[in-house]
Amino acid sequence: MKDIQLSHGGGGEETNSLIRDLFYKAFENETLLAAEDAALLKVEKNIAFTTDSFTVSPIFFSGGDIGKLAIAGTVNDLAMMGARPLYLSAAFIIEEGFAFDKLQMIVDSMAKELKKSGAKIVCGDTKVVPRGSVDQIFINTAGIGEVIKEGISSNDLHLDDVIIVTGDVGRHGAAVLMEREGLGINGDIQSDCDTLWPAVEALIDGNISISAMRDATRGGLSAVLNEWAEQSSVCLEIEEAHIPINEPVQGICELFGFEALDFANEGTAVVCVAPLHAQMALDILRSTEVGKNAQVIGRVTNKKEGKVILFSSHGSSRYLDLPKGELLPRIC
Amino acid sequence: MDNLQLKDLYEGFRDPSVIKALAKQINIEAKKLEKPLYIMEVCGGHTHTIMKYGLKQLLPTNIDFIHGPGCPVCIMPKERIDHAIALSEQKDVILLTLGDMIRVPGSKSSLAEHRAKGYDIRPLYSPMDALGIAQDNPDKKVIFFAIGFETTTPMTAALIDRTVKSKINNLFFHINHVLVPPAVDAIMADKRAKINAFIGPSHVSVISGAKIYLRIPEAYKAPVVVSGFEPVDVMQSILMILRQRNENRSEMEIEYSRSVTLEGNTKAQELINTYLHPRGHFRWRGIGDIPDSALELRPEYAKYDAEKIYADVLPQEPIDDHKLCICGEILKGLAKPHDCSVFGTACTPNKPLGSCMVSSEGACNAYYRFAEV
Repeated sequence: MKDIQLSHGGGGEETNSLIRDLFYKAFENETLLAAEDAALLKVEKNIAFTTDSFTVSPIFFSGGDIGKLAIAGTVNDLAMMGARPLYLSAAFIIEEGFAFDKLQMIVDSMAKELKKSGAKIVCGDTKVVPRGSVDQIFINTAGIGEVIKEGISSNDLHLDDVIIVTGDVGRHGAAVLMEREGLGINGDIQSDCDTLWPAVEALIDGNISISAMRDATRGGLSAVLNEWAEQSSVCLEIEEAHIPINEPVQGICELFGFEALDFANEGTAVVCVAPLHAQMALDILRSTEVGKNAQVIGRVTNKKEGKVILFSSHGSSRYLDLPKGELLPRIC
Repeated sequence: MDNLQLKDLYEGFRDPSVIKALAKQINIEAKKLEKPLYIMEVCGGHTHTIMKYGLKQLLPTNIDFIHGPGCPVCIMPKERIDHAIALSEQKDVILLTLGDMIRVPGSKSSLAEHRAKGYDIRPLYSPMDALGIAQDNPDKKVIFFAIGFETTTPMTAALIDRTVKSKINNLFFHINHVLVPPAVDAIMADKRAKINAFIGPSHVSVISGAKIYLRIPEAYKAPVVVSGFEPVDVMQSILMILRQRNENRSEMEIEYSRSVTLEGNTKAQELINTYLHPRGHFRWRGIGDIPDSALELRPEYAKYDAEKIYADVLPQEPIDDHKLCICGEILKGLAKPHDCSVFGTACTPNKPLGSCMVSSEGACNAYYRFAEV
């Protein structure tokens, strides 16, 4: 089989062979292989439930691909609510003529990423649409997880809490920007696309008092900080010089006039913890692979409700606003 | 130069200790000022630096900035944006332009809204990408809506040069390149203007040379310092202006000595002169008609000139901004963004009423985005 054809989404023999030979092999587990109309699941605790669609262009980029993103994105959303990712659905919308090899690579990459959290794909769907109806491949994943740490909420940041980022910011946005056709620049920027669950699990196991967690996807760090300030009616005071930004990312920002703080991340979270636990949280994060560049960047105050204030090292300050306009469409 | 990193080019010019040291000297020097200093930073890039780095907070109260007209997107009158929209509606046309132009509202719509309706409108990061698009689409007419000051004009000229020499016959140009010195003259012609010093943009002078400002100190009894765009550059330039004032001098000085010469890039100037020449007049949004303030294709290249080819469908009537918008007063330095009754309410970066709110280099946008605490 070289290319995906309309018949692969027709529900007949070709569909069955695609499911058996590709999806079942890669995602193998009892629930999926039972091949019922719906997956039957048992969850003991409160559950978290989320969904996301992935349309990134290009589908293969430095540091990841649409498959890795489709798993990490949904797993991270669960993790951010203190939920252990358990079960995912995966729905593929594929353009007629899409190379089977590419689909295989994407599916393998999804299977590999699932191992990092232990989550399973338990149900799925495949549609093939005529050429031109989608751009190569779109993937939707939904996921549920059991909440093992209650009370994490963007609406409940406390005064004096400490703000930590789990790594350097802006790499996914910069990597995708660099790969875009016609830009003609090369550089050593890899997307940060990754599963954050190991870092979150370590924080929970360490009994860290977490007020809020959010992965800094579209809108970047700027968006998360502003959302928190507004949702919790607090002020976030941030030290600009403490925000980790990798050099090539800063370089691409210099060239194109972007701000790294506005760029999307796909494996970097902002964590808000109680002041007494800040150092411990930082140590724990830094002991994990995905959190090894974690950094304290600021704290929660009541100086100006609903606002984020950025302090420079040369003694000035300004409000940090939400990014505006079409920075980059189809980033995830 | 093997190991030169990009950060080597800016790091020293953002050094907090240097910025603080310059602030200290500025504060000492400013005590000797007899009259307040109203510095116009002509270019929107400087406005962006001043706001992003909060430089105003480091200065004494007798130094104020007046944000100039040097934002190519901001000064584009609505009728020219309507041109771009009308061009995109023509049969088999792909319209190309740079960055923020996509979002600027014309009289009825913006290019972004038009693109959503299905018209083929593409933002470019580099004008040279237009060549590839024209070659990949031989059955389409590709129109480059060119904008910018002296800084970006050479890229357009190089693109025209390649188009002509490679005999590409489906790439056309709508030229909106504007010039700094005539705009400065137009602003100073208003007797209400308070400006008594200028920070000139270094990138313009890298191309055109610092010579383009030589007559300004004499004409307006005001120091001109050609400055780089990093915070240390701007602070250093302010200090240079202060010293001129306190020593009773009005001269043109170059702060950005690392790239600016008196003559500029003569190769680029020749390339521009080969294909472009000043047009009789150009209407600047907020300021009005300024003679010889913009460029157009020379008549011998008329077959590449979208403005001539599509003359029948391009609206010619001037269209003014919303009547509540005071961008004109802001561009002349007679008002600040906060003086505008719709700033941040009816007019925001997401829904700009006037041009200064659109581009990240516009004064209103910079005030909104990097508001001081």
